[in-house]
Amino acid sequence: MMKEKYLVNGRIIDPKNNLDEIGGVIIDSNGLIKAVGKKVVNGNLPSKAEKIDLKKQILIPGQVDMRVFVGEPGYEYKENFRTLSDAALSGGVTSVVSMPNTSPVIDNVSIVDFLKRRGRDKSKINIFPAATLTKNTEGKQMTEFGLLKRKGIVAFTDGTKTVQDPQVMSRIMNFAGQSDSLIIQHAEDNILSNGGLINEGEISTRLGLKGIPALAEKIIVERDLSLLEEYFCRYHISQISSKKTLSVIKKAKNEKKKFTTGVSINNLSLNENDIGDFKTFLKLSPPLRTENDRQSLIEGINNDLIDVIVSDHKPEDEESKRLTFAQAATGASGIETLLPLALELFHNKSVKLNKLIALLTCNPAKILGIDKGTLSKGKEADICVFDLNKTWTVDKSKLKSKSKNTPIENRKLQGLVSKTFVKGEMLYERT
Amino acid sequence: MAIIKKFKAVKIEQNHLLGIQNLSFSQISQILDQAKNFIALNRSSSKKMDILRGKTQINLFFEPSTRTQSSFELAGKRLGADVMSMNIVNSAIKKGETLIDTAMTLNAMHPDIIVIRHQDSGAPNLLAQKVNCSVINAGDGRREHPTQALLDALTIINRKGKIKGLKIAICGDILHSRVARSNIYLMNLLGAEVNIVAPKTLLPHSIERLGVKVFTNMKKGLKDCDIVMMLRLQNERMHGSFLPSAREYYEYFGLTPDKLKLAKKDALIMHPGPMNRGVEIDTNLADDINRSVIREQVELGVAVRMACLKIFCKK
Repeated sequence: MMKEKYLVNGRIIDPKNNLDEIGGVIIDSNGLIKAVGKKVVNGNLPSKAEKIDLKKQILIPGQVDMRVFVGEPGYEYKENFRTLSDAALSGGVTSVVSMPNTSPVIDNVSIVDFLKRRGRDKSKINIFPAATLTKNTEGKQMTEFGLLKRKGIVAFTDGTKTVQDPQVMSRIMNFAGQSDSLIIQHAEDNILSNGGLINEGEISTRLGLKGIPALAEKIIVERDLSLLEEYFCRYHISQISSKKTLSVIKKAKNEKKKFTTGVSINNLSLNENDIGDFKTFLKLSPPLRTENDRQSLIEGINNDLIDVIVSDHKPEDEESKRLTFAQAATGASGIETLLPLALELFHNKSVKLNKLIALLTCNPAKILGIDKGTLSKGKEADICVFDLNKTWTVDKSKLKSKSKNTPIENRKLQGLVSKTFVKGEMLYERT
Repeated sequence: MAIIKKFKAVKIEQNHLLGIQNLSFSQISQILDQAKNFIALNRSSSKKMDILRGKTQINLFFEPSTRTQSSFELAGKRLGADVMSMNIVNSAIKKGETLIDTAMTLNAMHPDIIVIRHQDSGAPNLLAQKVNCSVINAGDGRREHPTQALLDALTIINRKGKIKGLKIAICGDILHSRVARSNIYLMNLLGAEVNIVAPKTLLPHSIERLGVKVFTNMKKGLKDCDIVMMLRLQNERMHGSFLPSAREYYEYFGLTPDKLKLAKKDALIMHPGPMNRGVEIDTNLADDINRSVIREQVELGVAVRMACLKIFCKK
């Protein structure tokens, strides 16, 4: 049993409950939320309770990150559960969906047991493993949605890959509908994007790198949304990158189609110009696109066309990045900087604070159907406390993740996580 | 006169030749002026100089090349450098060594200059970050081939006396061509008007943003041009879905006497080689000594590379 904790003197934001007020949170001895809001004041606390002064900082539910790559099993040298968990905690992320692109891939029941055991033993945060949509991510044979779901799998996705065959995809949707499984699609047409390295446009022409047209993303989203009319299931687009795709989503939402959409913080904060002189840390999938695309994604958030922001945390060791752009691995580390980078959108008046918090907490939790991302009474106290105005500079040597491939090295940010709680326990405090 | 010349000479701070994009007008003038001086030397009976005596030049060619590699080799030797050409087929790179490791290994042998050709765009930039000698780009992916553009410029100046104000058509597979990109940057910088002629499937995205006029009709693109620069159409492009056939390509984009008539009467024909006779260029036109300067390009290539080696070699 732990002591009761009184977190007082903060600004409490919980978008799920429409809460934004000065007050505090009481965590009971079981690590559950006992009370929240303005009624929790800095007054007569019980003598045996522990008091934590929030010093007017902001307290939100622990973030839920829907797209995170762990190196276990197979790539432990890039990231393991322990390092991921340390990295997540320092960024205020308390729940993650781990992508199944490991070695071996997460496509059967026996490996899920291993994953859950490792996650439980080594990680201090909540790991929600995703399994693949298809065996060995080959896009041919669907995995055992029902059995895997019973083992605790919350979502199905081929992660970095896309189901190309429309017939396979239609059957996946059909089958997933009956087992109420969540399908997450990384939208990219393999043939249109074949050999592509960055956004197709002036920059790809100048750098002499083969482009990935925005059409490669749009065409898969269009296809899947058409299939969704015939075979309804819980369908989520992992992350979109372009204005073209957004227009398809807007049209489908007007037609009252039900599905959800994510975006990577990278595509919200960077554009293709940042690639500069072949910076391989900015080789991403989907690729960074034009400033116009970036602006339209922000608009998509404000128009409720985009539901979730993910870190797309993909740790890559230095050796995988110290290569020519064509040979270098794809992906960037980002879980530790997810919130501070998202706050940039608040500070530059692009998105309202409560909106941002919703896209990082209750929205992903709702899509996943997990009991997270909120400060409701009786829920496990997963909490992130941050200083909204603290300025700092990203320094890759200080990252907790095992890999240091941050795309925003030396970027000046405003907003820094100071405390993170999981199940009522303070597991991270910035000193 | 001598004093003016001395005054005009600009010291090149940058130690690498990675692309035309990184060069200034004065640097280009310096290279071309220097190259002019080497033309006569190359035509004389005694071709050896000792400007680079004691210097080591390594040619690192990851892609097969005949003319560029031999041109750089001769250029280095004529300036007195010790030239080593790495045979990639037999090297550790085939055994999985990364470019950076290869670079570090070679760097330990204290070369003064590395000439690199690589199939990946940006490879010379990566190499330049890791070695402390000069790096010269001899072609990287689809990005740049700066010495080819410089030798093309020298050839044009040699024949036309200038580049400024000329109208230059670059025709063919622009999408996959580093020669086209380097030439677009260079000819624009030197004041020419550049037309691009290609089928839409072989045009890079947003190419007009590089300051060129784009034509899909060759006759319109060649109209009143002073220079017709043809590009090689690689065989594999004809088997992909870029083009229906070599026959159709030749019909619409091959250089024939009929199409050449649209250009100026004294227009010159250029080609970076190797040529596909009957695919992108009529075989008689290619050999027409009054129009084609293709062999002169090869000749002046050595002079331009000598100039680049001299100017960029680590002092």
